[in-house]
Amino acid sequence: MATIETKQGQAVDPQGLTKADFQKLDHSEKKGEVVVRESISAWKDAWLRLRSNKYAMASLIILLLIVIMALIGQSISGHDYRSQDYMATNEKPSSNHWFGTDDLGRDVFARTWMGAGISLQVGLYAALVDLVIGVIVGGIMGYFGGKVDEILNRICDILYSIPNMLIVILLIVVLEPSMFTIVLALSITGWISMAWIVRGQIMQLKNQEYVLASRSLGAGSGRILFRHLIPNAIGPIIVTLTMTVPNAIFSEAFLSFLGLGVQSPAASLGTMINDALKAMTVYPWRMLFPAVLISLTMLCFNIFGDGLRDALDPKMKK
Amino acid sequence: MERILEVKDLRVNFKVRGGTVQAVRGVNFHVNKGETVAIVGESGCGKSVTAQSLMRLVPSPPAVTTGSIKFKGEEILTKSLRQMENIRGKEMGMIFQDPMTSLNPTLTIGKQIMEGLVKHQGLSASAAKQRAVEMLKLVGIPNPESRVNQYPHEFSGGMRQRGMIAIALACNPSLLIADEPTTALDVTVQAQIMNVMKDLQVKFGTSIILITHDLGVVADVADRVIVMYAGKVVESGKTRDIFKNPKHPYTRGLLESVPRLDQKKDEPLIPIYGTPPDLIKPPAGCAFAARCKEAMRVCLPNDPALVSVEGEDHRAACWLNHELAHPISSEGGESA
Amino acid sequence: MIRYLLKKLFYMVVSLFVLASATFFLMKAIPGNPFMSEKEIPKAIRAMLEAKYGLDKPLWSQYLTYLNNLIHLDLGMSMKQQYTTVSSIIGTGFLYSLQLGIFAIILSVTAGVVLGIIAALNHRKFLDTFTIFLAVLGVSVPNFVVASALQYFLGVKLRWFDVAGLNDITDYVMPTIALAVLPAAFIARLTRSSMLEVLTADYIKTARAKGMSGRIILFRHALRNAILPVVTYIGPMTANIITGSVIVEQIFGIGGLGKFFVNSITNRDYTLIMGLTLFYAVILMLARFLTDIAYAFIDPRIKLNSRKEG
Repeated sequence: MATIETKQGQAVDPQGLTKADFQKLDHSEKKGEVVVRESISAWKDAWLRLRSNKYAMASLIILLLIVIMALIGQSISGHDYRSQDYMATNEKPSSNHWFGTDDLGRDVFARTWMGAGISLQVGLYAALVDLVIGVIVGGIMGYFGGKVDEILNRICDILYSIPNMLIVILLIVVLEPSMFTIVLALSITGWISMAWIVRGQIMQLKNQEYVLASRSLGAGSGRILFRHLIPNAIGPIIVTLTMTVPNAIFSEAFLSFLGLGVQSPAASLGTMINDALKAMTVYPWRMLFPAVLISLTMLCFNIFGDGLRDALDPKMKK
Repeated sequence: MERILEVKDLRVNFKVRGGTVQAVRGVNFHVNKGETVAIVGESGCGKSVTAQSLMRLVPSPPAVTTGSIKFKGEEILTKSLRQMENIRGKEMGMIFQDPMTSLNPTLTIGKQIMEGLVKHQGLSASAAKQRAVEMLKLVGIPNPESRVNQYPHEFSGGMRQRGMIAIALACNPSLLIADEPTTALDVTVQAQIMNVMKDLQVKFGTSIILITHDLGVVADVADRVIVMYAGKVVESGKTRDIFKNPKHPYTRGLLESVPRLDQKKDEPLIPIYGTPPDLIKPPAGCAFAARCKEAMRVCLPNDPALVSVEGEDHRAACWLNHELAHPISSEGGESA
Repeated sequence: MIRYLLKKLFYMVVSLFVLASATFFLMKAIPGNPFMSEKEIPKAIRAMLEAKYGLDKPLWSQYLTYLNNLIHLDLGMSMKQQYTTVSSIIGTGFLYSLQLGIFAIILSVTAGVVLGIIAALNHRKFLDTFTIFLAVLGVSVPNFVVASALQYFLGVKLRWFDVAGLNDITDYVMPTIALAVLPAAFIARLTRSSMLEVLTADYIKTARAKGMSGRIILFRHALRNAILPVVTYIGPMTANIITGSVIVEQIFGIGGLGKFFVNSITNRDYTLIMGLTLFYAVILMLARFLTDIAYAFIDPRIKLNSRKEG
């Protein structure tokens, strides 16, 4: 009574089937048929995703090049960033001074890479300070919850609602500008968003099974915090850090603009741009190189940060 | 009986990273006027994609849909976008699974019902609003006059799903596609929602395609059942036949994994072990073979066809129904 | 609603108080006082000046006077400009800054939202990639670079616009663009990602299943929901524009608040620094307050008693 329908495309017409074909299979014979996709760890997966993002990888390579040049740029220029040459002020780019000279006859090439180094350091230190304070405070808020969280949160709320650039400016007016004070001032309010991110991550994670499981096995608070919670919150933390660096670089440049940046003879990209700005109509090249470099650095950090976020959190990928 | 929907060899492929997912692999079925057809199966078996392609709601690209969908004698797959807009909502209505997310949070319920009425029936705003109030009343929402001006977040889950039904049925479509309409709801609310749908079906003569994995609901409301597995129909037939005399081990597995009231206490529920196959690379033979307790040598290389089996309009795609196969061990239903 | 707003207001006042106190004590922490450095001033006159500015009184008394004056909106006298109150300086500069700020907000919101939608609707196609690139560029290039590039190319080289000053309407073009680039880029990114999210939402499918046309789905269903995150950006945008105005006004020689702020810092005119800081803070907090209210009106789900997220 079983009539075979030939309409169905993929169906195989079973002509010539024998009784033997209808022997029952045992369990082991079936196993081979199950197609299992290769499973990979979350970190490896993220790295693969990041590596396949060619913009992010290009940005990473450019950033590495900038870092290398910031380290060696001055020595390959053959000029000291401080040495002044009053016979050669405001020179155009030449074989001797590749990026020209500034109003005191200092080599712009050497100063640009020196400045890039200072800007990168400011960004890096600011990110590190944010990281340490933010993770500790955020970890405490998220882990303990309740009253502790409530109070710390209120403090953060109030600090956060004070416009941070204004506080930064005030602090530096008082403290006198230097790399240390700039990083300090940037960190006064900078850690708050990091703390909130860590707090949110931990709130979300702490009720999950594996934390409950290790708690029921008698693990202490500190152990749970550092063994389980922080490693799982690391993705968003890294992304935030990547974004903190360009923000700090920009803030430093802004402070330089107010005359509150790194002081002469040292220079950041921001101070160089500010100096060059005064004579921009006459000597535009003095402006060009630091301006392009700061923009390129910020661009690469932003693209790399976006790529990192997409790679670490595929759900957020747009 | 008048057929309002006839689906032939429907295939839907999605291009994804790493290959093409064959979500629907040659599905045939039809729906008669005024009847309720249930499509059941595990998640990922292609039932939702099938339902959404009936209204051409599967985003394409990336999806490629082939085959034929004839609705009231007209081919759906070749219609222009504009023509589809005049079928959606007017001729076919759709209800989705999660009432929490399927209503627009920034528009009032009333506005969301009125939209379709204004577009498809050319009603004025005030007439449409009056009709919206009537619809809310029909789906059993108390105080419809004031509810019509409320936003979705002011409604409970069950109320929202009633609102969805009101939206879907506002223009009195001939076909209602309900994609897991009760899955996200409380058990007590589920029954109410199904009752609302049944009442309105009788009132309007609507045909319903009910996508679900809740066999209790199926037994209650469906005239016919289509069982899907890995993008294919593995069994179809009248609800009674499917429940009393399943001809595919998968259908039997589904039925055995549902608790029954008449079950003895020591009689265990039998789960179906394993997971459905990866549809990027579906197996050559029967897709269920790897999980099937009855699998035979023939099942691995050969895909069984959907053939008529015992019972009116009852079909199954399983080699066990071949005359050479040994009789099925349990329930003694095999008569070959 | 009222309770929520009162709570917000209370936080504003507390924050302002913290900021005002911080400013006061920071300024007092600077060794000496502004008149000490000016050696040519005879001792008697310096004492007179100190008495005039209350610098001879004990710190706590100065603090109370300062707070009392603040409550009466008295920001004191400028220390460097004779016979000029801080309020009057703010009064002169604010008009220019406000005008520029409003132009910049209009430009950045329009450009940002339009670009964001174009990108989202062309997801993963050329226009999308191109818009993202523009937007990333926009958030990456510091506004002093944008401003000076505009000034150099459009002003000096092409002579389309006056290099500096704010005399007729065309003079607004370059400063407005320079101010708007960063927020516009931000809004474009924000709109794009929230639009993409909204377009895959279930209720968009519901609207399509109702037979709504693409245009209605876009404008009635998608855009309204997609715009919500953009509203939350009003606060940060105001901050961006204030920071930007400090730079842009300086570069284009516009006598607004930003320019006074830079001058007050270079001249160490402490009362003016304090006054402007507080003024900026009030503007920013008002912007945030307005954001909360606007959000509540646009999103019917906000019941106005839930705490804002971090």
